[in-house]
Amino acid sequence: MTASPDITFDLAQAPLRELNSALHKATGETNARLWRVINPNGRHALAAGVNAPVTIEVDGHVGYYCAGMNQQARVIVNGNAGVGVAENMMSGFVHVKGDASQAAGATAHGGMLVIDGNASARCGISMKGIDIVVKGSVGHMSAFMGQAGALIVFGDAGEALGDSLYEAKLFVRGSVKSLGADCIEKELRDEHRKLLQEKLEAAGLAGTVDIGEFKRYGSARQLYNFHIDNAGAY
Amino acid sequence: MTSQNNTPRTLPRFSSTFDPHTLAEIRRAAATGIYDIRGGGTKRKLPHFDDLLFLGASVSRYPLEGYREKCGTDVVLGTRFAKKPIHLKTPVTIAGMSFGALSAPAKEALGRGASAMGTSTTTGDGGMTQEERGHSSILVYQYLPSRYGMNPDDLRKADAIEVVIGQGAKPGGGGMLLGQKISDRVAAMRTLPKGIDQRSACRHPDWTGPDDLEIKIEELREITDWEKPIYVKVGASRPYYDISLAVKAGADVVVLDGMQGGTAATQDVFIEHVGIPILAAIRPAVQALRDLGMHRKVQLIVSGGIRNGADVAKALALGADAVAIGTAALVALGDNDPQYEAEYQALGSTAGAYDDWHEGRDPAGITTQDPALWSRLDPVKAGRRLANYLGVMTLEAQTIARACGKSHLHNLEPEDLVSLTVEAAAMAGVPLAGTEWIPGRTGY
Repeated sequence: MTASPDITFDLAQAPLRELNSALHKATGETNARLWRVINPNGRHALAAGVNAPVTIEVDGHVGYYCAGMNQQARVIVNGNAGVGVAENMMSGFVHVKGDASQAAGATAHGGMLVIDGNASARCGISMKGIDIVVKGSVGHMSAFMGQAGALIVFGDAGEALGDSLYEAKLFVRGSVKSLGADCIEKELRDEHRKLLQEKLEAAGLAGTVDIGEFKRYGSARQLYNFHIDNAGAY
Repeated sequence: MTSQNNTPRTLPRFSSTFDPHTLAEIRRAAATGIYDIRGGGTKRKLPHFDDLLFLGASVSRYPLEGYREKCGTDVVLGTRFAKKPIHLKTPVTIAGMSFGALSAPAKEALGRGASAMGTSTTTGDGGMTQEERGHSSILVYQYLPSRYGMNPDDLRKADAIEVVIGQGAKPGGGGMLLGQKISDRVAAMRTLPKGIDQRSACRHPDWTGPDDLEIKIEELREITDWEKPIYVKVGASRPYYDISLAVKAGADVVVLDGMQGGTAATQDVFIEHVGIPILAAIRPAVQALRDLGMHRKVQLIVSGGIRNGADVAKALALGADAVAIGTAALVALGDNDPQYEAEYQALGSTAGAYDDWHEGRDPAGITTQDPALWSRLDPVKAGRRLANYLGVMTLEAQTIARACGKSHLHNLEPEDLVSLTVEAAAMAGVPLAGTEWIPGRTGY
């Protein structure tokens, strides 16, 4: 915590409903820009449904769906996050300082999710425009049916990366255990290096890794329209 | 038939097992290498509400006066947890159908018709359109595995949220909107390229199982400040357990869709062979609610083959709080209308049997994204037809309820019913007509 919070909320003293209700009342005009949440104790749906340009810093671990459907807010978790952190996020920035469980950033349409540790299975499942940066590794079936956005992994990826992928862009610096149906490695051209550079700058991570070390994966687009001859690929 | 020498010969006889339809399907599969995909629900004959009859009042019961004595039809949904339950004037709601599967004028007409009768309509996969929000006074927003078009702004605009786990036409299955129906607008709403097949997943991406569902429902409540009723919709397969788990997970309302319920596009083999008829599903669902002390506290909406006020009354008598209609609503709008017979013939079908809704060439302008075909459906007139139909269904259900001496549709009960067949008696848990026999119960 670098600045003094405008509001400190102790979840050991007050219910989550009270916190989320107060956050939902925040608007672009609010002068309470910095919220600090203490004693989260793995509470679910913490800071879910916020739609205001505020910063919410959570000291501790959070449960399922932290920052779910987030709009505009910057949510920082000084701990680990449970299933579905930033699920269906529309905009804003979510930063998990620890590890994240399954389905991180699932179905999210926008914004950026940064995970300092590892992310479990199905990271970025059905992603629809979010950018996800994982400084560790991601589990199996990550970016399954990913439609848009970018998944950038500094470490390794588990089995079936990008299975049934649509137009999401995948970048992995380490190894990939296996690729899913219709996901292939593609050439990392200058335009992709530029894209990676922009995403890492937005994540505050520019210069921390060599962009040339990443491999790019995308859809082969062979399964976009069902054909019986491809039935064995599913 | 006799031969020339007058010796009797055996007449040509079709096999019951390999009947002409089956033979044609084998030939079609052999020629194309792909299974049949179609819209709608099951077409096989099933035990259904037609197998039940009401016992009108007589000496032992007295009826209410038609056109004079009040018979209530309203229903409140979402009384368990939601701050803002929804109040419907008729217990007949419009089931979830997507913009994409349906045209924008069709969605608008559904909203207009439902709103005129004080009932709700429901979005589908692909999100909420301005047409349906603008013309639906009460709109239920579906929360589906694909999350196409899902966003918190629309979630807050909704009057209720329906977490879709399955549907009666294909419990356990996802969906596929074929590329020919993916217009620019549909593609943009779903964040996918135009013209490609769009799969709708069969499982939610960020939860598995009833314990997770409870947390997901909590999240949706938190996002919407506990205002909206949360429905959970399941396809009928194991209704006792599925309804029990949905209630345990915190649902305000459970929606149970039998195998007669329609779909925009699914494999015929799935539609015809997976799931159970709604008649067989209602009583186990009601029993689950009773065992949990939640009957009438968590409301039950049933769907799948509801066609008239008698079906509504029977569903409510078996314990449902409301019903939903999909296929019947589309027919009221103009689907499969004989006025387009020549065009149905040109498509290789006939009015009343047309089910290639996934191909986007619907002459009635309902299951299409072709602007030229859209223009055939006047949403104001089609909405009026739907309102008329909803009104007739409600009046019919009231007529039956009064005959049974009930001052509200919800006062109908299983004791008012008998069955015409042994199968229906067993499924619906009401006695075979003229007996006290309920197969599987009462000591037999």
